[in-house]
Amino acid sequence: MKKKYIMQKILLGNEAIAQGAIDAGLSGAYGYPGTPSTEIIEYITASPEAKAGEVKAHWSTNEKVAMEEALGMSFAGKRAMVTMKHVGLNVAADAFINMAISGINGGLVVVVADDPSQHSSQNEQDSRFYGKFAMVPILEPSNQQEAYDMMAYAFDLSEKTKLPVLLRSVTRLSHSRANVNVADKRPQNELQLLEDTKRFALIPSFAKIQYQGLIEKQKELEKIAADSPWNNYTEGTNKSLGIIASGIAINYLKENYPDTVPYDVLKVSHYPLPKEMVRKMFDRVDKILVLEDGYPFIEEMIGDYLGREQKVTGRLTGAIPRTGELNPNIVAYALGLEEKIDEEIPEIVTGRPPQLCPGCGHIDLYEELNDIIPEIGDNRVFSDIGCYSLGILEPFDAIDTIIDMGASIPMAKGASDAGLHPAIAVIGDSTFTHSGMTGLLSAVWDNSPITVIISDNSAVAMTGAQPSAAMGRLYDIAKGLGVPKEHIKIIIPLKKYHDKNVEIIKEELAYQGVSLIIAQRPCVTMSNEKKDLARQFNTFEPSY
Amino acid sequence: MKKDIIISGVGGQGILTISAVLDTAALESGFNVKQSEVHGMSQRGGAVQAHVRIADTPVYSDLIPKGKADLILSVEPMELLRYLPYLHNDGYLVTDINPFKNIADYPDETALKAQIEKFPNHRIVDARSLAKKAGNFRAANIVMIGAVSDLLPFEDTLLKKVIADLFKRKGDRIVQMNLDAYELGKNAISEKV
Repeated sequence: MKKKYIMQKILLGNEAIAQGAIDAGLSGAYGYPGTPSTEIIEYITASPEAKAGEVKAHWSTNEKVAMEEALGMSFAGKRAMVTMKHVGLNVAADAFINMAISGINGGLVVVVADDPSQHSSQNEQDSRFYGKFAMVPILEPSNQQEAYDMMAYAFDLSEKTKLPVLLRSVTRLSHSRANVNVADKRPQNELQLLEDTKRFALIPSFAKIQYQGLIEKQKELEKIAADSPWNNYTEGTNKSLGIIASGIAINYLKENYPDTVPYDVLKVSHYPLPKEMVRKMFDRVDKILVLEDGYPFIEEMIGDYLGREQKVTGRLTGAIPRTGELNPNIVAYALGLEEKIDEEIPEIVTGRPPQLCPGCGHIDLYEELNDIIPEIGDNRVFSDIGCYSLGILEPFDAIDTIIDMGASIPMAKGASDAGLHPAIAVIGDSTFTHSGMTGLLSAVWDNSPITVIISDNSAVAMTGAQPSAAMGRLYDIAKGLGVPKEHIKIIIPLKKYHDKNVEIIKEELAYQGVSLIIAQRPCVTMSNEKKDLARQFNTFEPSY
Repeated sequence: MKKDIIISGVGGQGILTISAVLDTAALESGFNVKQSEVHGMSQRGGAVQAHVRIADTPVYSDLIPKGKADLILSVEPMELLRYLPYLHNDGYLVTDINPFKNIADYPDETALKAQIEKFPNHRIVDARSLAKKAGNFRAANIVMIGAVSDLLPFEDTLLKKVIADLFKRKGDRIVQMNLDAYELGKNAISEKV
């Protein structure tokens, strides 16, 4: 990459991605907050370009919406980026897979931050599988400088191939700072409409042609990846082993060999996997060790399925632990450089799990619910993703399920269909507008006897209190979706209302249809300005 | 020159501020930095840490290998010991002695202190009291920077400049309070050493 850098900054991996996108001529960034991806949109929102109205930065209601908004901007010819955490790509998968079929117009980069080791997630799914599934190019930066530099490359690659490009980050890159050299900003694209838009209309007759085209494009994508500046092969002197290291794994390798790695090394940061380079390694070395953060994606592709030869080693063969992120010690052990290190944490040290903040409204709500549960029985509170998920832990142990964004309401409905009554859903305000509304409509349509409690703190709190699209709208949404007005209640989760709130919840649990309770109190971690703003929006009177 | 530092504490105790001071000082000194930190769920009152790596040669891994940290700087005594497997044999353990008790089974404080005192290179600071003396107990994290200033690859004047710049937008009074906190931390150590 021959680039003229103008200055050096310390940037978080996510900030490097954001600055790289701005400097690459970005016009719009869309996303839904989720650890470890959140800081990308936050950085763009705070940028001079966004403040001047030159670049659009928007928290969308969910990842699918974000992806489609980005696609719309791309359709209009401008460069768009969409950001999310790995499980967010499940939500956006429909749009993602199909925009690879239609192709894009202005450059479109999908940035997904995976969370190996599940620091803040339900799973450690590896987004590279989605990239392969959609048959689009995947970039996997190995450090903050590459993350910055790759954004311009990604937009160019997207415009050249007319495909969305997936840029995959991981927690340890997204949430680690380093020196980054930044370059001048290049101009944005002009609004530029296509002469023929048929490829964006995926009725089967057009879609079949597009799909065939995507298949035929694969050879070109392979050639581009084979010549990519982000992939490289270094020959070593010792032929007993060769190492394939993807993304940040290369850093853990170099940490163990700061001067020269004695073995052949293939650094992979651009997919499709460069086949000739892999073949060269097969021809030159006795054994191959694959180092990759996440799933054994490369290992599975190039390994022997039956495991007879064991020439390729990695997470599947036990050379590397099957789960969890890599670190310098795991890599050192796999290379035979050090003995297994015991984690000798003194016995006196006890666990310190995350917990709800002192004064949090969720606490009061859970204390109210816990007063009722002994009467109605356990195993009936379906909850969701957010700060209130911490209600699963002691001292509350107030909820029973946490599966995915929006699952609480449909699960309560399904359980009520099975005969469980009362069935309760506890969901946050932002999660409700993310993907709870359709579930609520389904329950209303079927007149299911469930009680939905929206624990409304007027923020996307867990990721740092980003604004919630639900603010001030929950009552009208519930009413509009058909919850009977007399069964929509607003309570304030404060100690002084404890008994009243318990009564209201009990009343609604007895109702044989959909009832909805909004437990409304702004997040305690928010600034006074933000709390005041929330109170201005939340104009409905409590039901006392 | 190569310094690997783990900064530890509980979510909300100002660990990222300590990291930001070290990062900025490193950038101004022309060093390479990598600094891995924790965002998300653990920030809600859970155990958090930052790995700060500063060197005049390239820094590769974002994480410090176990057994390689030159210093563990903690704003909470039990959290100091959680990262012990990272400490180098000659490394330093430095902590604020004031416990952050948000769990039911917090260990006995005397036993905790005794365990820390077993290590030859330890420093125990009452950062909370010193911060209060400077004007606000919340500046305990800045006191702790003072308490390790002699172990960092930076001049005293640079650290003070970085701290002053960091708090500039909050006004002169807050800047001075933090500079005082830094000095009190520094003096607490020089009196003992």
